[in-house]
Amino acid sequence: MTDTLTRPTPSGSPGPSPAPQRRLRASSSTKALLWPVLALVVLLVVNVVATPSFFDIRLQDGHLFGPLVDIARNSAPVMLVALGMTLVIATRGIDLSVGAIAAIAGAVACVHMAGSSAEGAFATAAVGCFTALAVCLVLGLWNGFLVSVVGIQPIIATLVLMVAGRGLAQLITDGQITTVNNDSFSNLASGFVLAVPLATVVAVAVVALTALVVRRTALGMLVESVGINPEASRLAGVRSRTIIWTVYVFSGLCAGLAGLIIAANTRSVNANSLGLFIELDAILAVVIGGTSLAGGRFSILGTVVGAVFITTLTRTVVNVGIPSEANYLFKALVVVAVCLLQSPRARAAFRVRRVRPAAPTSAPTSKAGLA
Amino acid sequence: MSTATLPTTGPSAWDRVRSYTPSSKYYPVLATTALFIGMFGIGSLRFEGFGDPQVFLSLLLDNSFLIVLAVGMTFVILTGGIDLSVGSVVALSTMIAAKTLEMGWSPYLAIVAVLAAGTLLGLLMGLLIHYFDIQPFIATLAGMFLARGLCYIISIEAIPIRDQTFSDWAFKTVNLPGGYYIGYTSVIALLTVAVAVWVLARTRFGRTVYAIGGSESSALLMGLKVASTKVGVYVISGFCAALGGLLFALYTLSGYSLNAVGMELDAIAAVVIGGTLLTGGRGLVIGSLVGVLVLGIIQTFISFDGTLSSWWTRIVIGLLVLVFVVIQRVATRRQS
Repeated sequence: MTDTLTRPTPSGSPGPSPAPQRRLRASSSTKALLWPVLALVVLLVVNVVATPSFFDIRLQDGHLFGPLVDIARNSAPVMLVALGMTLVIATRGIDLSVGAIAAIAGAVACVHMAGSSAEGAFATAAVGCFTALAVCLVLGLWNGFLVSVVGIQPIIATLVLMVAGRGLAQLITDGQITTVNNDSFSNLASGFVLAVPLATVVAVAVVALTALVVRRTALGMLVESVGINPEASRLAGVRSRTIIWTVYVFSGLCAGLAGLIIAANTRSVNANSLGLFIELDAILAVVIGGTSLAGGRFSILGTVVGAVFITTLTRTVVNVGIPSEANYLFKALVVVAVCLLQSPRARAAFRVRRVRPAAPTSAPTSKAGLA
Repeated sequence: MSTATLPTTGPSAWDRVRSYTPSSKYYPVLATTALFIGMFGIGSLRFEGFGDPQVFLSLLLDNSFLIVLAVGMTFVILTGGIDLSVGSVVALSTMIAAKTLEMGWSPYLAIVAVLAAGTLLGLLMGLLIHYFDIQPFIATLAGMFLARGLCYIISIEAIPIRDQTFSDWAFKTVNLPGGYYIGYTSVIALLTVAVAVWVLARTRFGRTVYAIGGSESSALLMGLKVASTKVGVYVISGFCAALGGLLFALYTLSGYSLNAVGMELDAIAAVVIGGTLLTGGRGLVIGSLVGVLVLGIIQTFISFDGTLSSWWTRIVIGLLVLVFVVIQRVATRRQS
């Protein structure tokens, strides 16, 4: 492990040779981000047309306020879940259990605080949150065990926890909506650090740290190689089992942190509804960000843009005056559009019609190169 | 697995019965059936009235929509795909039925509209999956969002169904000998199962479904109609989801956008518990029927007990799925 974690030499790894992979990413990363960023800009323009004051940000009591700040704050949970999901999807997996894990995290933390003698103390909040994260670590270990050791398909392995997890969360809260009065805990969602919402700071910090660890070491490339061909990477000396296990644990932790932020936002936990459908939003964010669902390629920056896009979309639907529930319809259209843009077949059909020697992006080439 | 304990037909045939071993493709179904019978037996011993055949018949009534969903899901999973949209399509179907009836449509026309909508959605997803190489998971996710969104476009509030014909159907029963009865909806569900069994076992389409699940490229090289079959299973699943939605509308006599949230998970769980391989290629519709009955009896168990809370249902379903998936994994690993 240690020797593969150092700078990879092109001759040292016989699997998919890293050199062309790197070059591809460098040339296509800006291009891959073009569409999501463009879509985000379009949404923002729509918002400004609907409400000209949309970009207003005011400083009040040393805190920033405004629609854009709201979006930054509200996108924190999705961003965290999507971050974990990005790495899982890069290994050709999927984690459906994140919503249930978020609910369990909220339940553990809130029940601990509500049952404590010093409900409002900072220490109580800290212990509650760390207990919750420890539980999420165990749940992530469980998912990773099923996928990497037992060898069950990821979608089914995590389905088990998706089904059972909400039951577990209800078991913890005894089916009640548990409310807590702890200012330190609710600060996690509504607090500010240097005028910026704390939730945003937490999310961005986790994202930055992950990006640093994944892209400044060979870890990201190893994750991608496992996603392209687990067996080949194992033969090449990559511990694919450990890597797969790690990404599920990481995804569980991210989901737990997101669950804590959501619970802190409402100062309560409803095991039935906390984080409901967040796995779908996260997958959507990952797909919008240009990470291939077939594995082997991921973009953390893209995921961040995707998460912000989804939050902005929800906000836009309300802002334009459409009932907020209709945002599902728009999400469906976005999914189809993104998938068609990513699909090599759709691109080919498109290219034939408009005879244009469009430079193929990394998705088809990396596959073709390996075939 | 101790599945050799089959009902004997007579002492003279004992030797034949003893030497009889069922084809290995029936093992999972037999295991699930044994589980169901075991649970029913334990229930009858523990609770008074649990062993009444009417309890079994109301299992069919209370889960008729889930049976139909599981049938459609079986087709999809047999090809190695998955359909996440069925729960939302159920909700959409109840909404379309309720809205069209409220607008004064004839109930028959409303039924046609519902079935057409579900089938069309299934067709669209199938086309996306086959012709644009979009993963079934993500294409049906889009379908799920689309159907849920359309529900809210129709109405955000629940719409009651007051149509006389619909309420007649909802409460009509077929009397069985011995004073027992079975609802019309259960009959429709069982008919769906029968048709699906026939299609999968006896038609070219059914064999192609199994072939695609075994290996799509082999099926293609054999000259089988992979394209139409692959799109076809999603059409069937969409149709079944719409039919399930109609049964659900009859069951609740209303349309509501938040109906059937997460029902796709129940359908997938039933198919898995019924012994269908999630990688495709192996499984039986009868298994999915028994799988739904197992899910149903867990709920009956918990309602008879009275002290267990409702969330135990989900935990037990999760555990059952886990056990069956692990058994599948071990079994397929041994073969390969």
